[in-house]
Amino acid sequence: MTTTIARRRVEEALLPPLVALLVALVVGDILIILVGQSPSAVFRLMLSGTWGNWYGFGQVLYKATTLICTGLAVSVALRAGLFNIGGEGQLAAGGFAAAVMGLALPPGTPGVVAIPVCIAAALAAGGLVGAIPGVMKARFGAHEVIVTIMLNFIVLAFLNWIVASHLHVPETLHTPEMRAGTVARLMEWVSPFHGSAVNASLFIAIIAATLVGWMLFRTRAGYELRAVGLQPDAAEYGGVRVGTVWIRTFLIAGALAGLGGINYVLGYKHYYEEGFGGGAGFLGIAVALVGRNHPLGVIIAAFLFATLSQGGLAIHALVPKQMVEVLQGVVILAVAAAVPEVRRLVSGARGGVAA
Amino acid sequence: MTASSLAVRMNGIHKSFGPVRANRGASLEVGTREIHALVGENGAGKSTLMRLLAGLYAPDAGTIEIATPSGEMRDVTGWSTADAIKAGVGMVHQHFMLVRTLTVAENVVLGREPVRGAMLDVARALRDVKALGEQYGLRVEPERLVGELSVGEAQRVEILKTLFRGARILILDEPTAVLSPLEVKELWGVLRRLRDDGATIVLITHKLDEVMDISDRITVMRHGETVARMETRDATPDVIAKAMVGREVALMGTRNEERGSAVDTATSSALVPRSSLSVDTLVVMNRGLRAVDKVSLSVAPGEILGIAGVEGNGQTELIEAIAGLRTVAEGTIRLGDRDVTNASVRARTEAGLAHIPEDRHRRGLVLDYSVADNLILGDQHKYARGARSVWALDDARIGANAQDEIRRFDIRPPESALPARSLSGGNQQKIVIAREMGGSYDVLLASQPTRGVDVGAIEFIHAQIRAAREAGKAILLVSAELSEILALADRVAVMYGGRIVATLPRREATEERLGPLMTGATDTTRPAA
Amino acid sequence: MRRLLVLIGVLLAAHVALLFVQPRGAVAEDDSAAVDVGIVFDVGGRGDKSFNDGAYKGADSAEAVLGADIRFIEPGEGSDREAGLRLLAAQGMDLVIGVGFIFTDDLTDLAVEYPAVKFAGVDYAVTLDAQGNVVQPPSNLAALKFREEEGSFLVGAIAVLAGGSKRVGFVGGMDIPLIHKFEAGFRAGVRHVCADCTVIAQYAGVTPEAFRNPGKGKELALSQYQSGVNVIFHASGSTGLGVFEAARQTGKFAIGVDADQYSEAPGHIMTSMVKGVDAVTFDAIRRAREGTFQGGIYSYGLKEGGVGYIYDDNNRALIPPEVIDRVEQIKAEIIAGRIQVPSTR
Repeated sequence: MTTTIARRRVEEALLPPLVALLVALVVGDILIILVGQSPSAVFRLMLSGTWGNWYGFGQVLYKATTLICTGLAVSVALRAGLFNIGGEGQLAAGGFAAAVMGLALPPGTPGVVAIPVCIAAALAAGGLVGAIPGVMKARFGAHEVIVTIMLNFIVLAFLNWIVASHLHVPETLHTPEMRAGTVARLMEWVSPFHGSAVNASLFIAIIAATLVGWMLFRTRAGYELRAVGLQPDAAEYGGVRVGTVWIRTFLIAGALAGLGGINYVLGYKHYYEEGFGGGAGFLGIAVALVGRNHPLGVIIAAFLFATLSQGGLAIHALVPKQMVEVLQGVVILAVAAAVPEVRRLVSGARGGVAA
Repeated sequence: MTASSLAVRMNGIHKSFGPVRANRGASLEVGTREIHALVGENGAGKSTLMRLLAGLYAPDAGTIEIATPSGEMRDVTGWSTADAIKAGVGMVHQHFMLVRTLTVAENVVLGREPVRGAMLDVARALRDVKALGEQYGLRVEPERLVGELSVGEAQRVEILKTLFRGARILILDEPTAVLSPLEVKELWGVLRRLRDDGATIVLITHKLDEVMDISDRITVMRHGETVARMETRDATPDVIAKAMVGREVALMGTRNEERGSAVDTATSSALVPRSSLSVDTLVVMNRGLRAVDKVSLSVAPGEILGIAGVEGNGQTELIEAIAGLRTVAEGTIRLGDRDVTNASVRARTEAGLAHIPEDRHRRGLVLDYSVADNLILGDQHKYARGARSVWALDDARIGANAQDEIRRFDIRPPESALPARSLSGGNQQKIVIAREMGGSYDVLLASQPTRGVDVGAIEFIHAQIRAAREAGKAILLVSAELSEILALADRVAVMYGGRIVATLPRREATEERLGPLMTGATDTTRPAA
Repeated sequence: MRRLLVLIGVLLAAHVALLFVQPRGAVAEDDSAAVDVGIVFDVGGRGDKSFNDGAYKGADSAEAVLGADIRFIEPGEGSDREAGLRLLAAQGMDLVIGVGFIFTDDLTDLAVEYPAVKFAGVDYAVTLDAQGNVVQPPSNLAALKFREEEGSFLVGAIAVLAGGSKRVGFVGGMDIPLIHKFEAGFRAGVRHVCADCTVIAQYAGVTPEAFRNPGKGKELALSQYQSGVNVIFHASGSTGLGVFEAARQTGKFAIGVDADQYSEAPGHIMTSMVKGVDAVTFDAIRRAREGTFQGGIYSYGLKEGGVGYIYDDNNRALIPPEVIDRVEQIKAEIIAGRIQVPSTR
């Protein structure tokens, strides 16, 4: 019986996103035909520009790295029943802190020291920005959606002001290059990755996802976090301090998004640049949704959206950029709409009446 | 029973939810103009069978037929709720489906709003709802917000809503679980009037006195099958109970023999203040009102103090304040010699408090957690590797604990990995009981411990509570069932309007005396304690 | 479960069927083009009705006139800029153009990595080494720069001579050196014709968002107009649309930037300080086609026709002929080097 339960869980987790993906594919076909192109040609180009060559694959890995972090940031919060719309600001804060730390360290600081210090700075800065809505919710009952959205504006404006007024290299929008703490690009080990931005941050992101999975499903902290998300009253009854869990969860979520900042800063450009996040914080919401708030799902969804993004560049000659954005929107909508629906189809109206 | 007088016929019904087989070949025949009691233990498949009839699910096998106005039977197997409503089949669920922010009238007309142009015709809605209520003796105030209603009133609204949609076959799922004795009497009146008016009523219940009181015919289910059918006038509670559980049982209605107050008994004569509960002039606010108003009480070791009262008179707030789930405005709470007035939930648990909450769906269980995970709720810190750590939970110990409790408390199905949601109400409650009473504790708060639970489980839970008393636990019992209070308590306190209006020794507490107290009449024979 | 699998099957079948659709006019690879050119715009650049669209226009006419095959990429995020350039370079384009100063670092790196491909950077930011000398770009990279201050100088003169007020306004986008060039030239032009005139200069912000904030532009412009300003010169991307709106509302005038922006508020655009991005882009493509492409720093000012101002049938009524005569005279003096136009504040 246990195996049936396990199989059903896997089916419930995998089939709905699959349906959504297929719906998105069919809609994509129709859109491509509408702009006068051949779907097979476009998809072939998309595939060859992403998974079809080392460079494209490397770029997919690079983009997925940031998305894994921001996706985790959203999904951890959602597991505790919290909406974290603040990924963009947390990501920027993390990247900025890493860049500043890399600047502050004396040149020639060995990587074993500098890299952990820079990563810690990213985690701390993201966590700090993340904790604010947690504290505001726990102490004053402020709704976290509003706080996180407003914080995005505040954090980005503040960082950009610092960069523009104190830290930027003339005629650019970025800080000076870091003197220590950069992480290796994969092309240094695997030469075919030449030119692509993928770097060792990818492994750090995957380790983070593994830790998040362990935390959520194997630890007492995760037990309490999920209980707060599912039934706050029951959690409270079970001796869980709900407000504390909110703060702790937002701290973790912010730190995860902040960790995403190292991908660009430590691994790629070695400086903080305004707007480097490019919406990855917001896309993290879609990644979490499609990934069903499970770390493994988040990784898979991050690869999906990274492929769409890099593939969008590759097919630019045939299809306008806006079309790729529409397609991304369709994937998100299809998953969001399909999942509860399809789940009902799968399991009958399991416990449908009990509110 | 001739075919022409049939209203509903269900035959050979099978329905499974994953591994749980809720119905296996169940059948049911209900005549027109009758009140039909569908009885059985929780998990026997009664609710599932009725949800199939109301179109909430489709059966895996079997046929469902209902009578057309001309009296012919029409096959409606697998129909939708919309079809069912159109054909006059309506169901009043255990968990109300009302919009709390709308008025009574708006809730009743929801989905069939009378309109004038594009606007809701509020005046007509109010008029219609009022008239309908008067017709069947369902007292409601159409302008009030549903969120402000008591459960009993909310239930009336739920019934009105079903009638407003033209229901001629009315299914009620354990309607009395939330009602005071007076409200139950009123409900019976309503149901009889409906029947005499030509309606057919199916009543899901497991309370045998109700079955005897109100029904015309009875169908008994066990393990998803129909095991007996009878005319009420030919039945006795013993016969029905035997059919329900498949063996002889000691019925709950039979009083435990008069017992002296526990203070006199040997088990508690050792005055151990450490393990008793005392509450002094407690005030608890809820939405700006004094929900608990200067309540004082104490429970000695080896004693059960029962709190009787109509729901919504402060019992919930009192219990939650003692459990640490509500802040105390004034007064003190002591566990033994320890002041826990402002202590955390966990600190109270550590001080020896166990709590069976009144609402297992909201507080008592995390429904999507497995049985095993639910069995450690509140004790999760004890199952971490290394005390007080936030690190990994020890799955081996959690599993062993689950196997142990499942066996000791006969939780069915005995699958610790199943989500709690998929178990029947009785077995869900057993998880809560096992968790709270399976470990060590000194004081037990038992709030509605047998609500929505079948006869067999009630017997089991009552035995557990009695055994706990014998073991010297101090027990504060809150129940909306006066019979439950009378069956268990050594002393009975009556709560009304947030105050304790009387405390009586068991031998003086009779239904005749308690009934008026519960509805606010002052007790002239004895001052409030 | 079965229904779900059926649904998956149906969708899969639909997808496969649609894959075979070949709409007429679908692009077949054109190998016969005389020159293959790739252009990468800035994030969100296309449709700005000035700078990026200017590059597009230049490329478009190169396609028609020179038979060039052009591929455009508009990145979705920061890291896509390099990815876009790299994609085009790897596809064997003859010339890859990055539009905007933000491409400076990426172009420099890629030019070294792909010595066989020609690169060009519009508004490429030239850096100085420790000794203060200009760092030359790689030999296959052309840095296409504009002397915006010279054009700004001329419209500064026009703003005073045709505006009828001793107060003139300037609205900048982001507060950065690139935009300071516009302000510096504008101020110098105003002073040149009217020593006691004042310039009120304001910036919309310190973030890139300052180039996309029409609301802020309108707010700044309205306050300037109320303080007695009759003409405002903007260098602020689409923030300028708010400046135009304010001009329309108050019945006053604005001066456009980068491209001829007359059509954005007819009757209220006194003139526009145009950057010949289209001409420069076209020129780079032409030289790649003819094999005369050379790396190095190219600076386009009044002399090269890289910057200028608009005077045509649209705005003839707004500027008296004697003002034009005066401005043309100043222009000649700048070209001759008799007037030195400052590029910093």
